[in-house]
Amino acid sequence: MEQEKTFYTLIVFSENFAGLLNQVTAVFTRRQVNIESLNVSASSIKGVHKYTITCWSTEEQIQLITKQIEKRIDVLQAHYFTDDEIFIQEVALYKLSTPAVLENPAVSSAVRHHGAQIVEVNPTYTVVSKKGLTDDIMSLYYALNDYNCVLQYVRSGRIAITKSCTEYLDAFLEERRRIHEEQQKQK
Amino acid sequence: MAKERITGSEALMRSLEHEGVTTLFGYPGGAIMPVYDALYGYKDKLNHILVRHEQAAAHAAEGYARVSGKVGVCLVTSGPGATNTVTGIADAMMDSTPIVVIAGQVGTSMLGSDAFQECDLVGVTQPISKWAYQIRRPEDIAWAVSRAFYIAKSGRPGPVVLDFAKNAQVGMVDYEPCDIDFIRSYVPVPKTDPETVRQAAELINGAKRPFILVGQGVEIGGAQEELKQLIERADIPAGCTLLGLSALPSDHPLNMGMLGMHGSLANSVKTQECDVLIAVGMRFDDRITGKLNTYATQAKKIHFEIDPAEVNKNVPADVAVLGDCKQTLAEVLELVKPNCHKEWIESFQKYLDEETSVVIEPEVHPAEGPIKMGEVARKVTEMTGNKAVLVTDVGQNQMLSARYFKFSQKRSIVTSGGMGTMGFGLPAAIGATFGAPDRMVCLFVGDGGLQMTLQELGTIMEQHSPVKIILLNNNYLGNVRQWQEMFFGKRYSFTPMMNPDYNMIASAYGIPNRTVIDRADLERGIREMIDTDGPYLLQVAVIEEGRVLPMCCPGNDVDDMVLDY
Ligand SMILES: Cc1ncc(C[n+]2csc(CCOP(=O)(O)OP(=O)(O)O)c2C)c(N)n1
Ligand SMILES: [Mg+2]
Repeated sequence: MEQEKTFYTLIVFSENFAGLLNQVTAVFTRRQVNIESLNVSASSIKGVHKYTITCWSTEEQIQLITKQIEKRIDVLQAHYFTDDEIFIQEVALYKLSTPAVLENPAVSSAVRHHGAQIVEVNPTYTVVSKKGLTDDIMSLYYALNDYNCVLQYVRSGRIAITKSCTEYLDAFLEERRRIHEEQQKQK
Repeated sequence: MAKERITGSEALMRSLEHEGVTTLFGYPGGAIMPVYDALYGYKDKLNHILVRHEQAAAHAAEGYARVSGKVGVCLVTSGPGATNTVTGIADAMMDSTPIVVIAGQVGTSMLGSDAFQECDLVGVTQPISKWAYQIRRPEDIAWAVSRAFYIAKSGRPGPVVLDFAKNAQVGMVDYEPCDIDFIRSYVPVPKTDPETVRQAAELINGAKRPFILVGQGVEIGGAQEELKQLIERADIPAGCTLLGLSALPSDHPLNMGMLGMHGSLANSVKTQECDVLIAVGMRFDDRITGKLNTYATQAKKIHFEIDPAEVNKNVPADVAVLGDCKQTLAEVLELVKPNCHKEWIESFQKYLDEETSVVIEPEVHPAEGPIKMGEVARKVTEMTGNKAVLVTDVGQNQMLSARYFKFSQKRSIVTSGGMGTMGFGLPAAIGATFGAPDRMVCLFVGDGGLQMTLQELGTIMEQHSPVKIILLNNNYLGNVRQWQEMFFGKRYSFTPMMNPDYNMIASAYGIPNRTVIDRADLERGIREMIDTDGPYLLQVAVIEEGRVLPMCCPGNDVDDMVLDY
C-alpha cells in the first residue's frame, strides 16, 4: 500500500564541521528516500551552514528523517516545509549554438518570452540564464531543445526562505545561549 | 594554571586522566606508537588491558561501561586495528553504550594517499557512532577528548570515535585541560513539556488495565527507584526488555518478566489487552513488538523517552514525555494517585501458570534426559544468590540465560541486544570484571560464540580476570538450528558444528575447568566454579536440539506465541 507522497523542502542548519554533508545525506539513503536537489552554502550567521534539500516523501517519513538529521551532534536544526510555506527559487544556464540562434528568430523570442537573460554572446555560442521555478525553467529548456540549439544545460538545486514570521534558528541560538549562561553561573 | 609544553601523546594521557579514566582496553601498532610510549609512563595511573584482538577491546569497553555506568575506553592502531573495532562501535550505538574509541591515524600530510595502514575511519564509523572526529593538530586534543567524553555519556549515550593523526601525537602543545559540558548544536536532554507530564498522569490515574514496559533507559538514567515507586503506587504490572531486565528486581511482585519474542506469554497477551501502555526508556524494537500494525492498537500509549527521534518511530505515542526518565518519572509520580488493579494483575496468573507448566518446568526441572540450558542458568543464579552480573553471548544461550537468571541489583545484565553480536560475550565479561570488580561475573556462552573471540582467554590468563565462563555446548549453532527446524523443514544447513576439546584449551591458558554431562554433577560443577578464585570454565554438555520457548514468530502478532511445537 503506497502512501500519498508530497514534495518537501528540508532546511538544515549546521555547524561548519567536515563530513556533515555525508551525515545528512546518509539519513535519506537509509530511509530509501531519493534526494531531488541539494544546495549547501554559508548562512547569514557566521560559521553556520545552510542545507536546502528537496525530496518526495510521506509526512510520517519526512518527520522521522528530520528528527534523525537533527540528532546528529553538529546539526543545529532541521525543519521540513511544503511549497506553500516557503519562497523558492532556482536558476538555470543554457548554452546555445550562436549560428542556430541567428538562423531561427523563434529562439530569441522564446528567450525573451520566458524572461531569461543573455549573459554572453560570441560567434560560437550564446549563454542564457533564467531564474524561476522548476516548471518555468524546464519549459524554456523544452522550447529551446525543440529548436535543436542547446549545447549545454544545467539547473541548480532549490534555495528557499520561509514565509513564517519567526526565525526558528535565531530563537534556538538565543535559547541555547541563555541556557549556557545559566549553566556557567551555576558553577 | 600555567600551561605546559608537552607532546600530543602526553596531552592525550593528561586528557584521559582529566576525564577520570582509570582503565583502558587496547592493542598497539605503528600509527599509535607515540601514544603507547606515553602510556608507558602512565602505567600506575592508567590500567591498560592488552586484549588479543581489537574487536575485543571495543566489547570489553562496552562491558565495562554497562556495569559501571562510566565511559569505556579503547585504544588501537590505524587501518586494521581501527576497522577491527567497527563491530563493537556499531554494537554500542545500537545499545546506547558510552565508549570512546581512540585510533591512530597516519600523519595529515599522508592522508588520502593510501598510505600504509591508512583507512578513512571517520568515513567508516560516522553512520554507526554518535560522533566521529579526526584530531589533526595537537592543539585540538584536550578539546576533542573532553567533547568525546561529554557526547559519549550525556543524553542517550553512545560510541564516539577519535581518529588521532600521528603528527598530532608527536607535535608539541601548550597543554591546558578542557572541560566541555555544553555544545550549542547538541541538546542531550530535551525539555519536558509539563503538559505531557500532566496528560501522562491523567492517563495513568484513569487506567483500568495499565502495563509498563521497562527499557534500558531506566538503568542508564538511574531511575530504578522512581520506576519502582511508580509501579507500586499506581499498582501497575511491568515487563522488562532484554536490556532492562535488571532495572527492576526479578522477584518484585509486579515484575512479570521479560518482554518480546522470547518473553513471557503473560506479557505478550496482556500487551494486547491493556488500556494504557507505558513505555519507559525503550524503543519498540521489532523483537519486542512483533507485527507493528496490530501491536497494542487498543491501548493509549505513553512514551517516556530521552531521544526525540525514537518517538513515533515504530509505535505512535498518544503522550510522549520527553526528557530524562529519572526526572520525568519523578514529576509524574507527584501527580499519580495510589491505585489498585488487583483483578487485572491477577489475570496475568493464568498465563504465568500455563507457561510455567508447559515451558518453564520442563526447561528448568527436567526429570530426565540431557541437561537443558534453562536448568543451568537457574542453578547458577540460585547458587550465586541472584547477585551475580549476567553477561551473555548471542543465541539460545543468551535467551535462556536471560529468561532464567534472576536479578536483585541494578546494572546486572550485559548482552548484545540491538546487534545480536556473537563473540560479544567473552570480551564484554572481561570488561565487566574491571567495571564491577566486587561482583561475580557469570558469562553464558555458546560453542559457536565462544569461538568467535576465543583468543581472549589469553587476556583472562594474563589479567587473571575472574570471569566465570559457563559454556553451554550443544554442538550446534543452536539458535539458527531452531529456526531451521521451525521454518526451513529441519534442513540443518551448516549449523551442526565440530567442537574442539574446550577443557584442553582452558587448561592451555591455565584456566581451571570442568565438563559436566550428567545432571547429578551439575551442582558440584557450579559450586567448584563459584568457589574457585579467579577465572573458571564450566562446560556443560546440554541437549543438542534444545528450543527457546515461548516464541513469537517473526512478523506475527505479539500475542501469537508458540508454547510448544
Ligand atoms: C557475528 C554473528 N554471526 C552470525 C550470527 C547469527 N547467529 C545468531 S545465533 C547463532 C548461533 C549461535 O550458536 P552458539 O554460539 O553455539 O549458541 P547457541 O544458540 O547454540 O546457544 C548465529 C550463527 C550472529 N548473531 N552474529
Ligand atoms: Mg551452540
